[in-house]
Amino acid sequence: MSGHVLAGGTAAGGTLISGRLTQATARRVLAQLRHDPRTVVMLLAVPSVLMILLRYVLNDPLALDRFAPVYIGVFPFVSMFIVTAITTQRERARGTLERLMAMPLGKLDLLAGYAIAFGLIACVQVTVVLVISLTWLGVTLPGSAAPMAVVAVLDAILGMSLGLFFSAFARTEFQAVQFMPAFVLPQVLLCGLVVSRGQMTAVLRWLSDVLPLSYAVDAMQRISASSSWTAAITADVAVILAFTAAALAGGAVTLRRHTR
Amino acid sequence: MVAASDLVVRRGGQTVLDHLTFTVAPGQVAGLLGPSGCGKTTLMRTLVGVQAITAGEVTVLGLPAGHPRLRARVGYATQDPAVYSDLTLRENLRYFGTVLGLPGRRLPEVIARTVAELDLTGLEDRVVGTFSGGQLARAGLAVALLGSPDLLVLDEPTVGLDPVLRQDLWQMFHRLAGSGATLLVSSHVMDEAARCDYLLFMRDGRFLAEAAPAQILLRTGTADLEAAFLRLAAQREVAAR
Repeated sequence: MSGHVLAGGTAAGGTLISGRLTQATARRVLAQLRHDPRTVVMLLAVPSVLMILLRYVLNDPLALDRFAPVYIGVFPFVSMFIVTAITTQRERARGTLERLMAMPLGKLDLLAGYAIAFGLIACVQVTVVLVISLTWLGVTLPGSAAPMAVVAVLDAILGMSLGLFFSAFARTEFQAVQFMPAFVLPQVLLCGLVVSRGQMTAVLRWLSDVLPLSYAVDAMQRISASSSWTAAITADVAVILAFTAAALAGGAVTLRRHTR
Repeated sequence: MVAASDLVVRRGGQTVLDHLTFTVAPGQVAGLLGPSGCGKTTLMRTLVGVQAITAGEVTVLGLPAGHPRLRARVGYATQDPAVYSDLTLRENLRYFGTVLGLPGRRLPEVIARTVAELDLTGLEDRVVGTFSGGQLARAGLAVALLGSPDLLVLDEPTVGLDPVLRQDLWQMFHRLAGSGATLLVSSHVMDEAARCDYLLFMRDGRFLAEAAPAQILLRTGTADLEAAFLRLAAQREVAAR
């Protein structure tokens, strides 16, 4: 077997990032989803169906204006967390991750590929739920919908990063699914969605302060209360991005080139 | 090509590989033969660089095993084929081919050749999850072959395949070796031992013999390799007592 073709684009050191490999990985993840249309339909439809449900359960335009933006931030976070946790757990369990780690693929290529693929899905998911909310359901915003869309997509990418990180601690798909009630539901309870964060006892408030979803909800509440972008929103977004970066870095550490 | 000296791997307090020293010359099909659980897979994972070494040294193509520069030059097929079951064969090969650094314009040709070599033609656009066991095993092999590696490490590649296909695969292994590649093929079936240029007989994490088949037969005075393995194992047990 002569004639090796080792042209450019091989991030052999594992520290570099290659546009070509990142793109190939994103395409591969999207192709996997394409072969599973039921999952795609659920990813795109479930948040909207829940939003429609929320509209009729509340049956109060003022309450809906207050709650809807928060839900728009929480749904993509939750669904991306689960989908990513299971996809990467499967990749670990079935040996494809080990195969990739033995090949000239950088860890960052893999992480960025996942982020791009699920980020694109999140964009579509958020667009669908926003359009339905703002037109059919009659949710009104003080300003434009753009900040809300941006923060919702960032929330989705945060959920994806955390799912990727936590998948390292799941030995089976069952465990990965259980991470949803174990790690996501406490955050939903403590993020200010059920009870406003100001009314929590000191301990709960402290817990709430160190959980990422709280800042996602904060940002959404601020966006729905103000007609323009504020410094407080920027601060929330900075925290969301910091959590995302930390989770991705943690995820990179869990991607091992070899086992002991 | 591949050389190890005093290689030791301990996992969970157990010695899986116990001071192994061996070399595999380039252009050969080397067989790693032994019962399941004897450490064959661990040894192969060590050569590929996905298993950390406890002590000793392993060099592959002149570099320490697992060196980043080896990642595109070593092909590895695991026992359970590591392919994406929710992608088609073509999508799998395209992705792994890109990761191996094959340029996009050459990819279709390389994929067509690899698919033909493994008798998978016509299955390119089927989702791998619908493949039979034998087809799946060959899909895993196809990924290992894609980058025209200098070293091919194949973990039980012929298990469960029909005899005709098995013969075709062994012919392909020798063809690849003939064009300069080195192959390490594991098996727990002794009748495959005779098809190898060189043999590593393994038991309980240690080698019983490392030599060409004819030499092993000569040394043990047996008529076939199965008997040779049994005799060597018995000798080892006597020596241990």
